[in-house]
Amino acid sequence: MAKLLDKQRYKCALGAMQTVQAITRAIPILHSGPGCAQKLSDGTGSSGYFSPNIFPCTSINEKDVVFGGVKKLHSTIENALKVIDADLYVVLTGCIPEIVGDDSEEVVSQFDKAEQLESFENEGGDPDKFVYKPVIYASTAGFKGNNYKGHEQIIDAIIGQYLKKSDKRQKGLVNIWADVPYQDLFWLGNIREIEKLLSEIGLTPNSIFGYNRGLDNIDKIAQAEFNLIVSPWVCLKNMKKMEKKLGIPYLHYPTLPIGAYETSKFLREIGKFAGIEQEKTEKVIKEHEDYYYYLIERYADLFLENRVINKEFSVVADAQYALGITKFLANDLGLIPAKQFITDDTPKEFRENIKDEFKKLNYNLQADVEFETDSYKIHNEIKAHDYHGYPLILGSYYEKELSEKLKGNYLNISWPVQDKVVFDDFYAGYTGGIRLIEDIYTVAVQRFN
Amino acid sequence: MTINLNNSNVATRENRIGSITGYIGSLSDLAGKSECGTLKGCSRCFSQSSTCLSSCALGQLSAIRDVAIIHHGPAGCSVASAGNYYLNKTMAKKRGVTNDTVYVGTDMNENDTIFGSTDSLREIIIEVNRRYSPKAIFVTSSCATGIIGEDIDSVVDELKDEISVPIVAVHCEGFKSRIWATGFDIADHAVLSSVVQPPREGVSSNKINFKNFYESARPEIMEMFAKFDLEPVFLYCNSTVEELSHMSESLATTCICGTLGNYLGNALEEKYGVPYVRSINQCGITGFETWLREIGKVTGRSEKIESYIEEQRKIYMPQIEEVKKELKGLRAVIGMGPGYTFEVSRVLNELGIEVVWALAWHYDKKYENGDVPPSMKYLLDNGIDFEASVADQQNFEVMNILHKYQPDLYLSRHPGSTVWAIKNGTPAVYVADEYMIFGYKHTLEFAYSILNSIKNRSFEQNLAKRVKLPYTDWWYKQDVGTFLEEAN
Repeated sequence: MAKLLDKQRYKCALGAMQTVQAITRAIPILHSGPGCAQKLSDGTGSSGYFSPNIFPCTSINEKDVVFGGVKKLHSTIENALKVIDADLYVVLTGCIPEIVGDDSEEVVSQFDKAEQLESFENEGGDPDKFVYKPVIYASTAGFKGNNYKGHEQIIDAIIGQYLKKSDKRQKGLVNIWADVPYQDLFWLGNIREIEKLLSEIGLTPNSIFGYNRGLDNIDKIAQAEFNLIVSPWVCLKNMKKMEKKLGIPYLHYPTLPIGAYETSKFLREIGKFAGIEQEKTEKVIKEHEDYYYYLIERYADLFLENRVINKEFSVVADAQYALGITKFLANDLGLIPAKQFITDDTPKEFRENIKDEFKKLNYNLQADVEFETDSYKIHNEIKAHDYHGYPLILGSYYEKELSEKLKGNYLNISWPVQDKVVFDDFYAGYTGGIRLIEDIYTVAVQRFN
Repeated sequence: MTINLNNSNVATRENRIGSITGYIGSLSDLAGKSECGTLKGCSRCFSQSSTCLSSCALGQLSAIRDVAIIHHGPAGCSVASAGNYYLNKTMAKKRGVTNDTVYVGTDMNENDTIFGSTDSLREIIIEVNRRYSPKAIFVTSSCATGIIGEDIDSVVDELKDEISVPIVAVHCEGFKSRIWATGFDIADHAVLSSVVQPPREGVSSNKINFKNFYESARPEIMEMFAKFDLEPVFLYCNSTVEELSHMSESLATTCICGTLGNYLGNALEEKYGVPYVRSINQCGITGFETWLREIGKVTGRSEKIESYIEEQRKIYMPQIEEVKKELKGLRAVIGMGPGYTFEVSRVLNELGIEVVWALAWHYDKKYENGDVPPSMKYLLDNGIDFEASVADQQNFEVMNILHKYQPDLYLSRHPGSTVWAIKNGTPAVYVADEYMIFGYKHTLEFAYSILNSIKNRSFEQNLAKRVKLPYTDWWYKQDVGTFLEEAN
């Protein structure tokens, strides 16, 4: 049912065009109104090999609403294959074609390998020189859910329409799945850091997003020993589908590991699941922890001897950061969670498990967490809460003015982001924890009391 | 033009003023065909994404202070609210005022597309009014609500008794028009039909309605107008509902961009007799002087204006002449909305830069009063002609042109365009701020922006050397109009 979305923190399912954009040389083809891509793109960091304003788009008009837009979709795909040099073409449908009932899937099926070869030959092409350009389809009408769901739809399309079960298994090959590119400010850095950590304990990570990853990595997915999903809920349904279709088991690690405590736990659990010698994992952990605590020791005075960082904090973010940051601040830095707010419209079936995770903190601490998409209510709760000193608020840009009014310390870590430019910075892992501390104390040192 | 403020729907630019988005030819051909009425726009069988009219409409309305925008549709439609929140806070702070405008969505889901959700919408409007007590409420549709036939007009009408501030339905279905500028008209229409009041009796005013985007030149224009005993009222960024309600009392309406201000200017003139200043715009020397003189004529202040022009010329003309020496002979391609393309072409000509191809993101065959746009008329009267096309930000066409012409410079006004030029190795100037070429001072600055861009080409050369462009060799060999077909 329609609801009041006050200070919204997510986009619609079609926002998953950014998931496609994050796969190098994959391009979204939009069967949508002319301006959807522009609305759903972010102002900065979008001008890669493809940018949203060059995504092919049927730019549906009034006539297409009345008579259907399948012909336009066909010519758009056909010509996109000629004009745009890509490895993978993903057709995404917006609201209009799904309401008026365009059979977009049928149009896309006209571009399968056999049909592409046939038209290549009909145009006098030499069959030996034929290059197949995969075209797949994802239903991402805006009313079908938000961009977290849309992200899952893209992965689902890849599994369902592109991947095939493999007889080969590559020992130690692990597919990594994490949260939503672009929606997550730190997506690129986080996934690379997780890859790096996995490599260090002897595994071979495989992910499909960002620089130097693309169709080749998608091709490898089916040969993996297992899938690793690092997210409270996003992509969980994709893991189940892969388990069923491709026979790949998965390890679900719900917490984005930030800082030493969680990252060490993370590595131990993966090591155990992958059957890696314990000694090897412990050696990697020790090296990281030694350096991490060398840094912490040097800056411990900063944590203790300042007048502005109070112990109590709130995170206003999607499930991933709300959980990851709460665990980090509680278990690594010894802070006390006030209420935490999860704003990604987490599907109801995952909420209890996520709530349980907030209860697993050191010293039997339990964080109170609320799933809420109405920011008016969130802001009222923050205002009403006594933080027993300056609050520390990690949230979206919407919390900036509120934090200023409460004389709090504020960091912009979740969408929408205006206060920070991030190229490949990250909060995941040991180094990520240090980065987050740097960011928090960069705010703190700008005031005296 | 007859403006019907009793109907919440605005006819699209295509239907109202014969606007088009597909054409290739020359400036003279375009104008000639417009005048004799034979111009017919083409459609494309392949296109790239452009812009939604709702972004323009709601971008305008949500910049008004302390109002509420209620965007009835899926979360993607109202996603612009995030950017507007940032912009409003930032712009208000810059001006030293506060802006508590709220822009909410209704997060429409699949069930709503089947069963409708006007009941929820009604509750949402009431709740937003309770929470924020806005000074006006704009309730807007989306593609999804438009197609399923949500009757937002009735919801709004029924609430008029309950809600004491202006409340109006704003029809923003993105599929209605390929011309996003239709959104500007939609915003004006909403303001005119809900907020603007007839002039109060006995109130005399020295105000001029000044339609712009983000009022960066506000202080200097205030200062200049004060010399003429005129007071500009900048619209709509940081406007108050109170200010808007008295627009009908102003001495005149002017705008920084014909595409932006055309509907409002004509409507205020037609309905309340407020003269609309229809000159070429304020870009460059001729533009600025022509505009100022027109203001002088309309408001009876010609003498003061002439002495201002004389004084300013003495300061700036020698400097502009100096920098022109270094720009002479450069070749440029430009791609902008029609409110700027033909104005900036004129300025480039003034600076001695040759326009080899101009793209307009759309083209209005005639303005609301039936005339060919004055900026075009000026160029043709002065013997300036060049190759021109109309393309709604179709980047593949821009790149095809840049590849073939390899100009010294590309100028564009819309985000996401200049970056492609530099990847082609072409220096680019992003003419984002609407006041970037305003008057003598900014024309001088603009000339230096160009000079600085071509003086040091390191950035684009470094980048262009290392990136591969996303278009196939096949495409670069094609004619730029390959995908245009006769509109049916």
